[in-house]
Amino acid sequence: MIVADRKPLDEILNSIKDCDRIMLAGCGGCVTICFSGGAKAVQLLASQIKIARKKQDRPIEIIEVTPERQCEYEFIDALAEDLKSVDAVLSIACGVGVQAMTERHPDTVTLPGLNTKFMGYPVEHALWDERCAGCGDCVLEWTGGICPIARCAKKLLNGPCGGSADGVCEVDKELPCAWQLIYDRLKKIGKLDNLKKIREPKDWRTSTNAGQRKIKFEEAML
Amino acid sequence: MKSDSRLEKVLTAGRFAVTAELGPPQNANAEAVRKKAQHCIGNVEAANITDNQTAIVRMSSIAAAAIAISCGVEPVVQMVCRDRNRIAMQSDILGAAALGVKNILCLSGDHQTFGNHPQAANVYDIDSMQLIAMVKAMRDDKIFLSGDPIKEHEPRLFIGAVENPFADPFEYRVMRLAKKVEAGADFIQTQCVFDIEKFAKWMETVVAEGLHERTYIMAGLTPVRSHRALQYMKTQVAGMSIPDELIKRMEAVEDKEQQKEEGVKICLEMIDHVRNIKGVSGIHLMPIGWESITPVILKRADLLPRPEV
Repeated sequence: MIVADRKPLDEILNSIKDCDRIMLAGCGGCVTICFSGGAKAVQLLASQIKIARKKQDRPIEIIEVTPERQCEYEFIDALAEDLKSVDAVLSIACGVGVQAMTERHPDTVTLPGLNTKFMGYPVEHALWDERCAGCGDCVLEWTGGICPIARCAKKLLNGPCGGSADGVCEVDKELPCAWQLIYDRLKKIGKLDNLKKIREPKDWRTSTNAGQRKIKFEEAML
Repeated sequence: MKSDSRLEKVLTAGRFAVTAELGPPQNANAEAVRKKAQHCIGNVEAANITDNQTAIVRMSSIAAAAIAISCGVEPVVQMVCRDRNRIAMQSDILGAAALGVKNILCLSGDHQTFGNHPQAANVYDIDSMQLIAMVKAMRDDKIFLSGDPIKEHEPRLFIGAVENPFADPFEYRVMRLAKKVEAGADFIQTQCVFDIEKFAKWMETVVAEGLHERTYIMAGLTPVRSHRALQYMKTQVAGMSIPDELIKRMEAVEDKEQQKEEGVKICLEMIDHVRNIKGVSGIHLMPIGWESITPVILKRADLLPRPEV
């Protein structure tokens, strides 16, 4: 899932400082699961904004909505009527939702209320860890299901750097060394030989280095 | 001869080789490089010119290497994967060779969060293993990483790599060294040795695998000026192994000047130790910010004058 974190309230307030009426749009997808952009987060943020604006003597009206998914046209098209009366949309979906809103409703300005962080999952209650960098050429087959692109601070493909100590990454003592994890995992499944091969330089064209990526699913084309 | 470098000649002649570190300044002062180079002239086979070490911006290692050459010091240009992609690295390899550089040391590089520009994007387009293989292919197969031919004047470099015998996973360290040798590392410089026991154990495995016959292993050594410096390395530098006895021994000496002398003595003992470990072909001195001690240590260790080759 996509994991996002709310922007600081001051930054949000500043971005809507000229607005008297906004739509605060959450999303029922990933950001609901990570607590940053679901219906409850919409409710909470709306009251925080209203209180802050009241203190500034400039009250604001807020239409609260949480479409099932902000990244699909069929769920956001229904917002068109309400959008006519607002100065802006404050979106607390991920960056994809903000852009879908912008493209589908070009006459309205959509502002981001979240910082979109990564693809990951909750490793424990209310704690999300990054797991995938979307590099476009998955290596998990030979790394024992642990990704060095997303989890090694240097994206190394040929084993740990000299800063791996006691299972921890040199960059942050809270972070496990991805290559220690890979080593342990491959040892457990009897595949340590995977580490003997010199891995060739990666072709980064499948990642974010060759312009915006597209996927076409021919079979489903209309 | 792969490179015609002095370092290569000394190592292939079976002589105990010496290299030392020369850190470029955090400014554009060529004189600062010349001054540090004085400590190296005639005292070492080659001087490692660090590449923005600890991710702090310094004079380019290739520029500093050119200045070192003009002083009569053979450089080992260090090249890290942190700051440049494969295009810039190959371009700089050609440039370095054109300026007379004959040795290169391939490293992944200290992560930028340790330096003075933690906001920077890192590159890591290729890793140190792939860098070694790339330099070797440029030299031996006369091709760029793309496969395009280098039609003439291929860079003839003696290729070095590093290994940290004290990092984890310990059991994997020798396998990784074997990969570096396979990729094309002609010589290896290790992380600073303070834990002689662990180093000896690592070397045993290296020798058992026959790796000392396929590459030249140079033990990294750092003379320290105070127990504080040791303490700092122990707690702040990842992947360092520093026995408490060493820190206690330094601490027991109260006078500052005497502490420096104790640091030198420890370094001399380490040199003695590593010289007697099978498979060690030389030492690499890293007197962080204390380059003037290099000739003193080498003289007292009976490593001067350097052999004629």
